[in-house]
Amino acid sequence: MIITEQKDFSDILKMLERQKRVFIVGCAQCATLCKTGGEPEVLHMKQRLEDAGLEVTGWVVLDPACHVLGDKRAFRKQREEIEIADSILVLACGNGVQAVGEALNRAAIPGIDTLFLGDIVRANEFQQRCTMCGECILDKTGGVCPVARCGKHLLNGPCGGSQDGKCETNPDEPCIWEIIVERLKADGNLEALEEVTPPKDWSKATDSGPKRLVIDR
Amino acid sequence: MTQMSEGSERSDIQQAKSHLQQTLEKGKFAVTAEIWPAKGANAQRVRNKAAILKGWVDAVNPTDNPTAIIRMSGLVTSLILLEEGVEPVLQLQARDRNRLALQSDVLGASAMGIRNILCLTGDHQSFGKDPQAKGVFDIDSTQMLQAFKRMRDEGLFISGERVKPRPELFLGGAANPFGDPFEARVPRLAKKINAGAQFVQTQPVFDLERFYKWMAQVRSRGFHEKVHIIAGISPLKKARVARIMQEKVPGMLVPPEVVERMESASDPEEEGVKLAVELIQQVKAIEGVSGVHIMAAAWEKIVPVVVREAGLR
Repeated sequence: MIITEQKDFSDILKMLERQKRVFIVGCAQCATLCKTGGEPEVLHMKQRLEDAGLEVTGWVVLDPACHVLGDKRAFRKQREEIEIADSILVLACGNGVQAVGEALNRAAIPGIDTLFLGDIVRANEFQQRCTMCGECILDKTGGVCPVARCGKHLLNGPCGGSQDGKCETNPDEPCIWEIIVERLKADGNLEALEEVTPPKDWSKATDSGPKRLVIDR
Repeated sequence: MTQMSEGSERSDIQQAKSHLQQTLEKGKFAVTAEIWPAKGANAQRVRNKAAILKGWVDAVNPTDNPTAIIRMSGLVTSLILLEEGVEPVLQLQARDRNRLALQSDVLGASAMGIRNILCLTGDHQSFGKDPQAKGVFDIDSTQMLQAFKRMRDEGLFISGERVKPRPELFLGGAANPFGDPFEARVPRLAKKINAGAQFVQTQPVFDLERFYKWMAQVRSRGFHEKVHIIAGISPLKKARVARIMQEKVPGMLVPPEVVERMESASDPEEEGVKLAVELIQQVKAIEGVSGVHIMAAAWEKIVPVVVREAGLR
């Protein structure tokens, strides 16, 4: 799931400076689960914008926001509310903001920040588990990911700063290599720690450049 | 491109082995020391530090933006050390450089006569003054060792492209007997040896019991015969430093009796020197320890005192 967090309301107002009318878009998927772009958050945002003196021309919660064709279909029903709006404020991840913009062929404004790809570990708590490196190695690392969960993305860990099972960068985080070592030990496979893992192919990773995938079926 | 430069298979500087490598291979007890490069555009400060250490140590490691705080480039500091007649151990970390920058630095270093390279992953950027920086960590310390070894032995870059002429290198890594999980520490040393480490410099020894235990495991696998182990020694200047090291520096073990000894000392600097000298004598007596690496942070002027009092020169 894409984990998101609402921007400071003052920053949102700054983005809407010199604007009078706003149309709000939410998302029924990840942003709803993160409580950043579901119907309650969209209505709350509407109220706060109106309290700040702005007019809200309408709103919609898309399911999901990151579907350009689906967005186009949904927007047909509210064409007028959208056309009279000076700004489209999107409470969805960065993908959602751009899909909405592409569907409307105009710039949309982000109301939330996109943080990471994560799990819901308990109510209201999300933790990063994957950085979309494009080449899954979980079979070799005891099912937990050092690329996402080690601050240095170490493939040949643990680093020298691991102590008492904690990561040197944050005492609230476990050293993921400590967990990998425990799992290798449980499997009687500690020798695996002595094999050098070669450099990673970062060209497959999510931040190496624009990506596209076409499924042929 | 002329025929001559195309055909030249050797580095510009022919001498293959560093003084440090020769010292270790002869079985002499080696002494290295760390210096912190200047936090300003001043070469004279490096020259002054070189003058303090010259003749007292076999080689000097200028640190590479230690604790993720900007200091003068380690490569440039190493060149200044060379000019001053002090052999450098170039420290390269992977936090600030990707595989392109690291391999290109190695070519430049070797071309200018730098042989000793210490491969480090680097402290995380969140420790320094620029926590907003993007940490590179393209390759890690182990992969760096493997890459540099391949450049030297096979004449190939990571990409598979040819290196001509090949660099002449003496490769080292770090070892931390005091980090956790303890059972991973000797396998990790094995991994670095497999990758190409010819020497290792350890984190500072204060917890001798733990160090004895680690060395026993190292010897039981015969690793002390495959890699030169240089034990880290950190002379303490103040009691406060001992406490900070124990409480704040990840992966360090400073036993409470060391902290208490420093706190109750009437002259902490003198006590710090005494403690360092004792630790040197204790680690020197351990089978398989080939030298000491003195890490005095910015207190470089104490290094000759420690070396002399320990009877190493």
